[in-house]
Amino acid sequence: MVGVADDASPTGELELSGRALEARMISEALEDAGLTLADVDGVCHAGSSMGLAEFLGIHPRFTDSTNTGGSSYEVHVEHAAAAIAAGLCDVVIGVYASTPRSDRKRGGGFRGGPGMMMGPNPMAEWEMPYGLRMPMGPYAMAATRHMSQYGTTSEQLAQIAVSTRQWATMNPKARHQDPLTIEEVLASPMQTSPLHLLDCCLVTDGAGAFVMTSAERARDLARPPIYVLGAGTCHDHSMISEMPDLTVTPGAISGANAFAMAGVKPGDVDLLMGYDSFTITALLHLEDLGFCAKGEGGPFVEDGKTAPGGSLPMNTNGGGLSYTHPGMYGMFLLVEAVRQLRGECGVRQVDGAEVAVAHGSGMVLSCMSTIVMGTEATL
Amino acid sequence: MSQTPAQSSEEKPKPRRFEPPVSPATQAFWDATREQKFLLQWCTDCRKAIFFPREVCPSCLGSSLEWKESAGRGRVYTYTVEYRPQNPNLAGPYTVALIDLEEGVRMMSNVVDCDPDRVSVGMDVGIAWEALSDGRHLPMFAPTGSTTGGDQ
Repeated sequence: MVGVADDASPTGELELSGRALEARMISEALEDAGLTLADVDGVCHAGSSMGLAEFLGIHPRFTDSTNTGGSSYEVHVEHAAAAIAAGLCDVVIGVYASTPRSDRKRGGGFRGGPGMMMGPNPMAEWEMPYGLRMPMGPYAMAATRHMSQYGTTSEQLAQIAVSTRQWATMNPKARHQDPLTIEEVLASPMQTSPLHLLDCCLVTDGAGAFVMTSAERARDLARPPIYVLGAGTCHDHSMISEMPDLTVTPGAISGANAFAMAGVKPGDVDLLMGYDSFTITALLHLEDLGFCAKGEGGPFVEDGKTAPGGSLPMNTNGGGLSYTHPGMYGMFLLVEAVRQLRGECGVRQVDGAEVAVAHGSGMVLSCMSTIVMGTEATL
Repeated sequence: MSQTPAQSSEEKPKPRRFEPPVSPATQAFWDATREQKFLLQWCTDCRKAIFFPREVCPSCLGSSLEWKESAGRGRVYTYTVEYRPQNPNLAGPYTVALIDLEEGVRMMSNVVDCDPDRVSVGMDVGIAWEALSDGRHLPMFAPTGSTTGGDQ
């Protein structure tokens, strides 16, 4: 990975939107890499890679429009790495931009929800009639089950939001930069039990991009390259009512495969960027990726292990809980991981970070994709 | 039975909730709900119940399928209480749950006739029905009295 860019703001809003915002991110990521659009021959986009390439006026020979929700960008990295290794292409860009906060203000944008018209499909037929709030309802169901099965508490979940906020206080672009307490999380309005408002991610504008190329070409570029050491993806349901076990995500498989490919163990990881759509989401990642045993996520986070100064720095940009969450947050996991491994993160820099994991979660705990990255020293 | 809206003689009742569409594979299921019969689809080869109903068995891809009436007994696998519903016609709080049926399949539903504070993982529940605007009924579940609580 040779170039990255992202943007968000404390107001939660950005000026540009749509393709214009995507183009700015691509431009910044290419500049970061020391490459130009003319070098690009592969495109990843979770909406339409064809539409993006047409807008940019390029004719890529590798294209990927995979959409697995928020984990799409980890899947794109996995596919791009394989395509580059197979000689299908040399330089791949991936981009994401979404401005739900500004769109809402402008009265435009897509508005989904229970009233939207759709033809017969399993979710409309077997879930939507029951008034489960989306997307938080399915995660709340996972939290209820985890609490019942393992004794996990609301305080433990709140600690994840608190530790993540501590990181956000060091990110000037973060939506929320004031310290947070467990009491404040528990006092925030209950949304869908047992999740409080502050157990839930933000709704903000945000955008990002990455540039990848072969290890050989990367050596001559602007920044120290960050290497994809391993990758894995797995999904085991689309609707929450079809998830086999609500306490175990398919990250148990994607993570194990990515670690095996990388030849890395959880104990070797200096930084975890684990998709935190909700506090319970991050807790499940800690267990499924093997940072602690199944059911031990609550006690694991209790003493601030994932906070600044803890043994497992997690979501050092402030995460989806406090930095930004435009809808499909997976791009920001990659960008922060690359910057941390390059040592560019200033006051929130994790000292000596050599191995990072970006772990994306898509839809309703449906599709997990794990990217293990390392510096040159890890090769 | 829960929350059956009073039918006026002339007006067709306006749907209160999102009403499920019907597909060819599920027509029999929804037709049976008009008489408050709860049908489950079975694969005659695998001898396993299938939910959600579909065109082929998800275990063997066979199409030797049949409908059998279920007693509609199950247990709460997990749940959430909705305090701020997206649908303004639904007043919170109410309980949305995943129900493990005796036949070995799981479905989403509401737990009704029960204070949301009293719903628990492992609670035994049985079928209840809510009338839809077109004569069909939506399967829901209500406590049956015995509660095991905790894990199953």
